[in-house]
Amino acid sequence: MSQRQVLQGVISLLRPLLLDVVPTIQQTAALALGRLANYSDDLAEAVVKGDILPQLVYSLAEQNRFYKKAAAFVLRAVGKHSPQRAQAIVDCGALDALVICLEDFDPGVKEAAAWALGCTSRHNAELSQAVVDAGAVPLLVLCIQEPEIALKRIAALALSDISKHSPELAQTVVDAGAIAHLAQMILNPDAKLKHQVLSALGQIAKHSVDLAEMVVEAEIFPVVLTCLKDKDEYVKKSACTLIREIAKHTPELSQLVVNAGGVASVTDCIGSCRGNTRLPGIMMLGYVAAHSENLAMAVIISKGVPQLSVCLSEEPEDHVKAAAAWALGQIGRHTSEHARAVTHTLPVLLSLYMSTESSEDLQMKCKKAIKGILPKCTYLPALEPFLYGAPPNILKHVLGQFSKVLPHDSKARRLFVTSGGLKKVQEIQADPGSLLQEYINSINNCYPEEVVRVLPKEFEVERRRKRLLFFLTAHGTHLSFMSNPQCLPLLRSREATEAQ
Amino acid sequence: MATLARLQARSRFLENQYYFRNSVVDAFRKKENCAAVKIQSWFRGCQVRAYIRHLHRIAIIIQKWWRGYLSRKHYQLKVEVAYYTMKMELYNAMAVRIQRRWRAYKVRKYCFNYFYYKQYLRAVSEANETVREILQEYAEIQESEEKKAELEREEKQRAEEARKMHYLLSTKQIPGIYNSPFRKEPDPWELRLQRAKPLVPQRRRVQQKQCAGLADWLACTSARSFPRSGSLPPINRKPCQGPFRNINEVLEQRYKPLEPTLRVAQPIDELTPARQEFQGQEWVRNISDKMFLPFSSHHKKEKYMPSLFSSSKYDPISCRKQGFRSENPGKWICDKDFQTVFPSVDLFSKYGKSYSRAGQIV
Repeated sequence: MSQRQVLQGVISLLRPLLLDVVPTIQQTAALALGRLANYSDDLAEAVVKGDILPQLVYSLAEQNRFYKKAAAFVLRAVGKHSPQRAQAIVDCGALDALVICLEDFDPGVKEAAAWALGCTSRHNAELSQAVVDAGAVPLLVLCIQEPEIALKRIAALALSDISKHSPELAQTVVDAGAIAHLAQMILNPDAKLKHQVLSALGQIAKHSVDLAEMVVEAEIFPVVLTCLKDKDEYVKKSACTLIREIAKHTPELSQLVVNAGGVASVTDCIGSCRGNTRLPGIMMLGYVAAHSENLAMAVIISKGVPQLSVCLSEEPEDHVKAAAAWALGQIGRHTSEHARAVTHTLPVLLSLYMSTESSEDLQMKCKKAIKGILPKCTYLPALEPFLYGAPPNILKHVLGQFSKVLPHDSKARRLFVTSGGLKKVQEIQADPGSLLQEYINSINNCYPEEVVRVLPKEFEVERRRKRLLFFLTAHGTHLSFMSNPQCLPLLRSREATEAQ
Repeated sequence: MATLARLQARSRFLENQYYFRNSVVDAFRKKENCAAVKIQSWFRGCQVRAYIRHLHRIAIIIQKWWRGYLSRKHYQLKVEVAYYTMKMELYNAMAVRIQRRWRAYKVRKYCFNYFYYKQYLRAVSEANETVREILQEYAEIQESEEKKAELEREEKQRAEEARKMHYLLSTKQIPGIYNSPFRKEPDPWELRLQRAKPLVPQRRRVQQKQCAGLADWLACTSARSFPRSGSLPPINRKPCQGPFRNINEVLEQRYKPLEPTLRVAQPIDELTPARQEFQGQEWVRNISDKMFLPFSSHHKKEKYMPSLFSSSKYDPISCRKQGFRSENPGKWICDKDFQTVFPSVDLFSKYGKSYSRAGQIV
């Protein structure tokens, strides 16, 4: 390709300038190479192929700080595009030189070296391991303590990129004593620094319970909650992510978060954000509620459910809705009180499940949420709309609930008949012997024969006698039926038939 | 014959009669026999029935007694069993009561303590409320700080602008652009300009060179080593009671920087040592001490003969030399050279610095 030849030509022109006598020319040539490599992956590949990197690495040790900055810039620009380029940087032995640069006095050099190391270790775990083996981590922790804000930011970013891949790497970062310094910097007023620090702590805490406990022991609560009120969206998002990573491991950690008032502040934070920034907060509520029913009740009393239902209905993106549906399912699946708190969202969940525009993931999560909430839901007026629009697999659960609740509650029975639910139940087609049919039978068994017969449907003969016995033995039903004015004509007709 | 015929005719009738009479008797006999049999059987039946009845009565009596005996035996057992079950049921009922109480206590205290749960939820909601309030306050403080910083920045900017635009202030003759005569009151910018201090062009700070020797001592007594009252005392200080002088004047005098006279400020013989230094450097550098003559004058070994007019004993050239001294070194007072010094005119060193105004041009 002619473009590639042009690139090679340019690189081969710049290469001898790197060895020029005048230092300014060297620095400018390095800067030019860095800007070229920064632009695209092809150019970075050309820089690598042009055998520039060994030369840069060799002269990194000797030259002045401007050259070091420019050389570190080139290494960063090459390493940021893909793992192969970063591997090329590691292979040419740049890591040791960069680590030496980290010990330099000039903060600009340290910043450039730290940024290059961060870009290299971002891609995968082997590269991070190579960076750690070069001994970068203690120096990065020292860099974090420097007074310059830009250097702190970059060092925090580098630590975050190193520790995100595996628990061992995170453990290495923790062993270097990073957590205490990172925790101190949460109070810094600079927004970008806070974002990097919080994301670093989040990456450390996400791997295991011990690491999360160590992060918590650094006394980040309740300071982290002030970050949830920050103006910057990214700070809020990374603070929510950190709290989520801590809360998701064990119930004790979730308990700690709840006791510190974390749930309330996260709920308010969800209310003030929009779109993708809400996602970690929603997931955090879901994780907290998933551990135990006490925690789910704590989420409910912190006014989490209205917020989640707002997210469910308002958000345009499917994955955020799916997360909200999952969280609601986790809240509502414990006991009947929890389900009662969540019932007003069931129609929305059902509509999302039935809609053809929802993605697979969203439909699956809605279905699981409904299937989790329904077995515990005893508030029947909320379940009645389900009789009308639901698909058979959900209808089964709905009818199961009715069949569990109706035999014991006479008021509910009356309400069921008057609202037309019994009529709808009769209209449902079911295979005889299936679970659905059994539920329908048990619902029908709660009512005397006439009530069921007035509503057009065929039944089996041998059950008539059973129903009669039921009616005679269930005094409560009898009295309630006596008092219900609608049933009086039925009762009178029945008496007439008996007298004959 | 007639009788035979008669008898023969009657014989048939006789046969029938004989047969009939025999059979009639038989018929009756049968009937009677049957009747007798019936009566006898009925009577025998009664007899047997009475006997069976009697037997029944006896059997019943025996069975009654036997069954009574058996039942009484069984009754004992039944009573024991019933008593036993009654006791067991009582115990069971009591045990159920105890277990019920215990289970209720256990569940309520250890498994699901409703009141503790309620308390916990109340505590959680209170904690939430406090946290929400604190965070709200924090957010409000941040906002107010930001607003204040914003306002201060704007104020500062405006003050800078006013200082730069100070020349637009209105004078007595000419109203400035912000003080239009058609307005009821001057524009706020006019007031701001009145309040602003005019911007002085920035002077570059002169770096004081480090001079050797005398100048060194002067440098350490220069303005920097004495505290200068660059910053005025705070405005809201209460003025001390009494006839005190203005504090700025006092401080100015107390910390007046040293202003050496002309005589002291510059070393008076700086030219000579400089020359000597230069000569010394040249002496080190030069290969030969003789002056380089041009090649054209290489063969000229003649001494220069000045002209008549320039070679008198009393020529003006010799006046300019160090001819004020005698040429005989023996007559010299000291062997050192005269120095080209002149006394400083002390008249002007105190100009503008004395306390009194005497002798000053009004």
